[in-house]
Amino acid sequence: MYIVIVGGGQVGAQTARELVAFGHEVTVVERDAETVRALNAELGEIAIIGDGTEVSIQEEAGVNRADLIVATTGRDEANLAVAQVAKQRFGTPRVIARINFPKNEEIFRVVGVDIAVSATTAIMSQIEQALPSTPLIHLLELHGSPFELVEVVIGEDAATVGQAVRDLHLPAESLLTLVVHADGRPEVPTGETQLTAGAAVLAVTLPEHEAELRRGLTGGA
Amino acid sequence: MKVIIMGCGRVGARVAAEFDAEGHDVSVVDLQPDAFRLLPRDFHGRMVVGNGVYQEVQREAGGEGADIFMALANGDNRNAMAAQVAKHLLGVPRVVARIFDPERAEVYRELGVEAVNPTVVVSNLVRQAALDPARRS
Repeated sequence: MYIVIVGGGQVGAQTARELVAFGHEVTVVERDAETVRALNAELGEIAIIGDGTEVSIQEEAGVNRADLIVATTGRDEANLAVAQVAKQRFGTPRVIARINFPKNEEIFRVVGVDIAVSATTAIMSQIEQALPSTPLIHLLELHGSPFELVEVVIGEDAATVGQAVRDLHLPAESLLTLVVHADGRPEVPTGETQLTAGAAVLAVTLPEHEAELRRGLTGGA
Repeated sequence: MKVIIMGCGRVGARVAAEFDAEGHDVSVVDLQPDAFRLLPRDFHGRMVVGNGVYQEVQREAGGEGADIFMALANGDNRNAMAAQVAKHLLGVPRVVARIFDPERAEVYRELGVEAVNPTVVVSNLVRQAALDPARRS
């Protein structure tokens, strides 16, 4: 894939290193000449100097043939501009933007940035997973869709242990995609699948149905 | 009309003063409290200190139910983002943003933001003044 990264700071540089290591073709756009020199010395002429929110710089970076553009600067307004210019001018199929302030997530989503990555939100999701009592864990927001992927763990004392999936009362528009039993065995659930104590159920749902889904899966209040 | 202006620099303060003098309900938002000294002494509108890019600051300034939002701060990207927050998250029907970069101004126009581009406007005026000073405005 050809990937353009805007912002050559810590996040951008590390993303570039990993993508280059995976064999992708990468261009980094960065305003600071010294940072560009250092990246080129390390990774071999992959970085150019410029403001990646400008149409002409995106053109120079070859955004018109990019499969993906990633905006990684520390300024949310710049990341939004990178994404919108790429989509509107060059029809970039996929744009990923870093969000530095979680309160900006909504506008990124509303204007059609494919994936907005907020470090704070990612850390919260990890904390949810680390806390044993969390009833429902947010794993992923689905690209271009209001649906999200969540995980619900079936507790030892859940009323639904031993029940078949077909007998559960689940909200409409919720889909069970995978059951990982306590022994680590994954199973694609069918109506026959029985919930086991300690199993993790991965489900696709709408944010407004989270509570109902959790109740349906665990029998809890 | 209810008008919100982000950025109380020379242009923002002037536009705010004009809308205020015409009897409109005006709120001005700026990061710096001392920016409001550019407003005339008899300014009746509201002055809100805060980052006008954020929807809660726009709401505090009365952005919900506003007829017009104008982003006149420094920085094309800030102005563009603030205008789109007003349009999409607060439902302000008319949003105007000052965008210096002509190419980005065009992009935002396509996305429903009234982008005013001083670079083009001023260069046209300069050209006119140089070639035909009598017609200068």
